[in-house]
Amino acid sequence: MASPNDLQFQEFEEAAELLSADPGASTLSMSVSNTTTAAAAAGGGGGGGGEDVKLDLSEDEEGQEESSELLGGQKATGGFWTFEYYQSFFNVDTVQVLDRVKGSVMPLPGRNFIKHHLRSNPDLYGPFWICVTLVFSVAISGNLSTFLSEMGNPSYHYRPQFHRVTIAAVVIFTYAWLVPIGLWGFLTWRQGAERQIGGYSFLETVCVYGYSLFIYIPTSVLWIIPFEWLRWTLILIAMVISGSVLVLTFWPVVRDDTKVMAVATVASIVVLHTLLAVVCKLYFFQTAVHVPTPAPTAPPIQMTLATQSH
Amino acid sequence: MAAAEEASRPFAGLSDVSISEDIPVEGDISVPVGSSRRDDEFSTLDEPVKETILRDLRAVGNKFIHVLYPKRSSALLRDWDLWGPLLLCVTLALLLQGGAADSDDQGGPQFAEVFVIIWFGSIIITLNSKLLGGTISFFQSLCVLGYCIMPLTVAMAVCRIVLVGGSGTVSFAVRLVVVTASFGWSTFASTAFLADSQPPNRKALVVYPVFLFYFVIGWMILTFSPSQ
Repeated sequence: MASPNDLQFQEFEEAAELLSADPGASTLSMSVSNTTTAAAAAGGGGGGGGEDVKLDLSEDEEGQEESSELLGGQKATGGFWTFEYYQSFFNVDTVQVLDRVKGSVMPLPGRNFIKHHLRSNPDLYGPFWICVTLVFSVAISGNLSTFLSEMGNPSYHYRPQFHRVTIAAVVIFTYAWLVPIGLWGFLTWRQGAERQIGGYSFLETVCVYGYSLFIYIPTSVLWIIPFEWLRWTLILIAMVISGSVLVLTFWPVVRDDTKVMAVATVASIVVLHTLLAVVCKLYFFQTAVHVPTPAPTAPPIQMTLATQSH
Repeated sequence: MAAAEEASRPFAGLSDVSISEDIPVEGDISVPVGSSRRDDEFSTLDEPVKETILRDLRAVGNKFIHVLYPKRSSALLRDWDLWGPLLLCVTLALLLQGGAADSDDQGGPQFAEVFVIIWFGSIIITLNSKLLGGTISFFQSLCVLGYCIMPLTVAMAVCRIVLVGGSGTVSFAVRLVVVTASFGWSTFASTAFLADSQPPNRKALVVYPVFLFYFVIGWMILTFSPSQ
């Protein structure tokens, strides 16, 4: 893309040099442009002349980037009934997806996920397949943890509990798609008529939420380890990482709003995210409640009675 | 006829020229004998029914052999058919029955769930591959994904035989090894067929859903527990 621009720019320079070499041949209008370009070229303003040329050209990348940011990064080609429209949402390479996943796991302060990693190219591949993987990892890990916790129980017969996949799918897909719709609608309503660059498009919101769920996949696998304190610690770590990705992304947008609304919005984002993690843990990773057999409990009761009688 | 009229106007001056009667200007409506002889080579209407069924069975069996020894051949892609995937899907769903599923809903997948997972999973993976810019056609991809379930179906049959002998730790270890090997074989076979049609910088993006698909099917096979 750079070489055609350079060629055109150079042609203009050559033409300007030709005109300046033969001033008699130029008309008044030509001499005006001639002097400006000559001055720009003389002043080492290859960039200056280039700027004039670049603003006129409609197919340079800078112009496209600016307009796409104003439009919120939606570069949909064709109507929604064509296949190419949906193909534009899958315009990512392996390296880009891995980079976005890495960015969701390691949030750095000051690095807005949308601005830094998405860069006006939101995709649907990441959110969709991360949600599918999370559904199966939660269901399978939950089944494994139930099996491990009941292993010593002779009356336990292993069950695959396959209906949990359906429940997990409903919960996770609802969260990953309805909450971004609500949040995007709410932010757009609060933005009002001012379409500043701060507003995110719907796709970018869905993308951020999808990638922020990635940290729960290794967390759900580690939840198999049957220690309660470890599970709650893991929830805390995952929430901090994932929540900070979301907060760092949405804080610059709500910062301009009133203090109350800004804090309320960010707090509700974090609360909903926490709720998802806690609900998943409590439903899929239930610790077994053993009904105590009568013999061991009888002596402790007698002992307490004996101590009370003192 | 209009052409004949237009052609006759430039020759208006030759109206006294007569056309002899023995030049055939009428067409023959009856079907010439020669073309029916050509039709017999492609017409399969008169062959015995056994021949018709055997032809399809031979095509399906040929593709099974291609899956058993996967190499980068286009035979599976060229003449796709969905008989094999349907056969494998029904066999796998039937073999997954009779477990702890029927008594309560805490059990394994129902027949319809297996069907839905296999067919909707294949459709979603195919759509994913096409959206990422793959050049394979929709039904060719369904055909490949369906045929590559064969190692997992064989593993399911082996697991059921092993479970007849008992369901202790040893049988679990044997089943784990068998299912893992067949899962790897399925993934390897399907990527061998699908690899060429993907754009080079997105291969991993297309292979990962296939891996997940066969992993879930392998999980369903491994966790099959017979009813007491």
